[in-house]
Amino acid sequence: MATFKEFRNNVKPNWCPGCGDFSIQAAIQRAAANVGLEPEQLAVVSGIGCSGRISGYINAYGFHSIHGRALPIAQGLKLANRDLTVIASGGDGDGFAIGMGHTVHAIRRNVNITYIVMDNQIYGLTKGQTSPRSAVGFKTKSTPEGAIESTLSPLEIAMASGATFVAQSFSSDLKQLTSLIEEGIKHEGFSFINVFSPCVTFNKINTYDWFKENIINLNTVENYDSSNRIMAMTKLMESGGMITGLIYQDKTRKSYENQVVGFRPEPLAKQNLQISPTDFEKLVAEFK
Amino acid sequence: MISQLSWKIGGQQGEGVESTDRIFSTALNRLGYYLYGYRHFSSRIKGGHTNNKIRISTKPIRAISDDLDILVAFDQESIDLNVHELRSGGVIVADAKFNPVVPEGNDARLFAVPITAIAEELGASLMKNMVASGASWGLLGLPLEVFNQALEEEFGRKGPAVVEKNVEAARRGAEFVLEQAGGPLNEFQLGPADGKQKLFMIGNDAMGLGALAAGCRIMAAYPITPASEIMEYLIKRLPKFGGTVIQTEDEIAAITMAIGANYGGVRAMTASAGPGLSLKTEAIGLAGMTETPIVIVNTQRGGPSTGLPTKQEQSDLNAMIYATHGEIPKIVIAPSSIEECFYDMIEAFNLTEKYQVPVIVLTDLQLSLGKQSCEMLDYEQIVIDRGKLVNDLPPLEEHKQFKRYELTEDGISPRVIPGEKGGLHHVTGVEHDETGRPSESSVNRKNMMDKRLNKLNGLHITNAIHVDAPHEQPDLLLVGMGSTGGTIDEARTKLEAEGIKTNHITVRQIYPFPADLFAPHAERAQAIVVIENNATGQLADQIKLNVGFGEKTRRINKYDGTPFLPSELYKQSKELV
Ligand SMILES: Cc1ncc(C[n+]2csc(CCOP(=O)(O)OP(=O)(O)O)c2C)c(N)n1
Ligand code: SF4
Ligand SMILES: [Mg+2]
Repeated sequence: MATFKEFRNNVKPNWCPGCGDFSIQAAIQRAAANVGLEPEQLAVVSGIGCSGRISGYINAYGFHSIHGRALPIAQGLKLANRDLTVIASGGDGDGFAIGMGHTVHAIRRNVNITYIVMDNQIYGLTKGQTSPRSAVGFKTKSTPEGAIESTLSPLEIAMASGATFVAQSFSSDLKQLTSLIEEGIKHEGFSFINVFSPCVTFNKINTYDWFKENIINLNTVENYDSSNRIMAMTKLMESGGMITGLIYQDKTRKSYENQVVGFRPEPLAKQNLQISPTDFEKLVAEFK
Repeated sequence: MISQLSWKIGGQQGEGVESTDRIFSTALNRLGYYLYGYRHFSSRIKGGHTNNKIRISTKPIRAISDDLDILVAFDQESIDLNVHELRSGGVIVADAKFNPVVPEGNDARLFAVPITAIAEELGASLMKNMVASGASWGLLGLPLEVFNQALEEEFGRKGPAVVEKNVEAARRGAEFVLEQAGGPLNEFQLGPADGKQKLFMIGNDAMGLGALAAGCRIMAAYPITPASEIMEYLIKRLPKFGGTVIQTEDEIAAITMAIGANYGGVRAMTASAGPGLSLKTEAIGLAGMTETPIVIVNTQRGGPSTGLPTKQEQSDLNAMIYATHGEIPKIVIAPSSIEECFYDMIEAFNLTEKYQVPVIVLTDLQLSLGKQSCEMLDYEQIVIDRGKLVNDLPPLEEHKQFKRYELTEDGISPRVIPGEKGGLHHVTGVEHDETGRPSESSVNRKNMMDKRLNKLNGLHITNAIHVDAPHEQPDLLLVGMGSTGGTIDEARTKLEAEGIKTNHITVRQIYPFPADLFAPHAERAQAIVVIENNATGQLADQIKLNVGFGEKTRRINKYDGTPFLPSELYKQSKELV
């Protein structure tokens, strides 16, 4: 069985020292090993951004795609080969601005993949513009007078979109993050994990200390029941989304693949492409 | 006995025009006639005039006709809008309900049949279509058993009572019109067909079937006219073969999902039209850069923007050739017949895997939606070639990755499906080295650009151009693509009859342009006439760019939303001699 070290490669990340993304990379590597994967059984599909580079830093199959489109690529890949464990990953701009349409619909579709957002409330790669996750009033290069638009609440949106697995974590809490990713991988269906991942270079507001002060770990909340949709929604609204842990999980709904008529347990990629003469004859006969 | 005839049915959209046409023509197909259909429809679902025209022939035909022999009208508007097409002495079969009148100055013979009344008597006004097609069938004097057989198949599922009712409706329609006409009309007696079994289908169905035969198992698409039939065809058939169609949230998701599936090792495709293709262009570049196979169908319609969504046009050539920023290799194929819609899909999937480049299959609305006869499709020609797909690789050394972008003689690198132990590698739209890792080195950049861009050097797809060149030195070299070939040939017959020497080329490989194959024919012609359903002459521009001869190139363009008519092409070509 592979250890987390086998999920490392010899590429040195080009992230700034102290960037939250390092821990997310480590957590994915640990979670992959902990659930018993071999590197070739894992594929990481990412978007564009500082965060998007992650697929190149993990020893697995990696697809660094285009801005905002990691999710449809990851879903296509999973449908092609359901034996693979597929993780999609990217930034808050990637997933909640340009790719928001895909995020909502991937949640609805419920293909069995895990989506990890590296949420730094800013655009890192393009050097510090506002993101849909930026706080109102946040001054960035593109909002010199402070952001006017309201802050997006991705977890509430996920809940409203029919999510079957919603979690949030903080990149400093490697233990919680690793275990949530493991849970996400094991979940049958789409698992959505938003991770606070401080950008030490461009975001001087949402810093490590700021998060430590402002987040509530659901472990500390008495009688929290992650199978209770209303409780999850209430808690998200009460806390302004500042909670970490497993927020909601619905174990009853089947994944998309398991509901598609005719979809077989054997990966499509391994099936025979040739149709038989008899089948062909039948298909043609429809047009006689 | 005549060898061909044109029939048209008109009415309000949603009123049974489609089904009347379908049943009438399916029965004709059974008898072995060659058929060519044309749908005139608008973007509305209910209401608005619509008409379907079919040409029936004892010999192969690939074009709509100039005129019309029989017009079936569900309302006066259908008569008023279409009567001008009727040839002298043509026939109108109209619903007596609206007291049809033949416009002044027209010599059409009118048969007012109580179409609605008969249908209502039988219990359902919906059966209007049956009465109307029965009446048409009667006028042609064709055997009623074949027609009833078609009804049996159309309605068999709904039980014998329903079949019985429809048979009765058709019989009464025929009976009524024959009584008025005094028997089948002599001038409409078609000679016997050639007896060969044919298929009768639209290009979109042929492409769907072709994709299935090619081993395509995932299609991701977003509905759009005139492409939706492809997804609708496949969603019904793919489950049997383990595959599926995903209706995505938009066209960007559609193409990227299909790219993901191809990366995963499944043959996958997407299909759309103008606006959807515009959205897909960034992802086309991703496929080109990452050398991931993808087949994209573009069923062209009237552009730009929403343009004329239900009308004929061939104006996306430039958009497809140049689609995406930067420079990537790409193949654009334009099938020119219903049979090619099928075979080209198989070739498209083979090409995309062989060269690891995006392949765009470019049809036009008339080819995609015009129902027509198709020669029997040949199972033997379904050959699947997955190119340099490798498996069972030796294990990798530590920190070594599979060279997914290995620099090879032909520029094509081995491809592996994720899941292989010895195949671990990275894929990125960022410029990368042989293992797929990002690289900004200028040496590497040049190598990789050259590798990708040289993959298609000298490419000739099967029948890159169709050549019909009986003349050593023709007065005119007529050039077209897509659905126009049959019309061009009919115009040629007339031109040749007047001693004008014409050769004809249909360009199928739009990009990269097969200049070497085209040039000798261009050289020998007095004038090159490029015939296109667009305003600016995009194919003519490609010829000028790749082959030259701009000074003797002439353009015939039609961009009013309707296909060329043989008479138009004849007249306009003649003026260019
Ligand atoms: C279609 C497109 N538009 C714009 C860009 C430029 N761009 C690259 S990354 C990015 C935003 C990055 O922000 P985020 O997704 O939050 O990732 P981060 O860098 O913060 O990790 C933008 C706008 C692009 N690559 N593609
Ligand atoms: S700019 Fe911010 S997000 Fe990007 S690597 Fe640096 S710290 Fe991380
Ligand atoms: Mg960000």
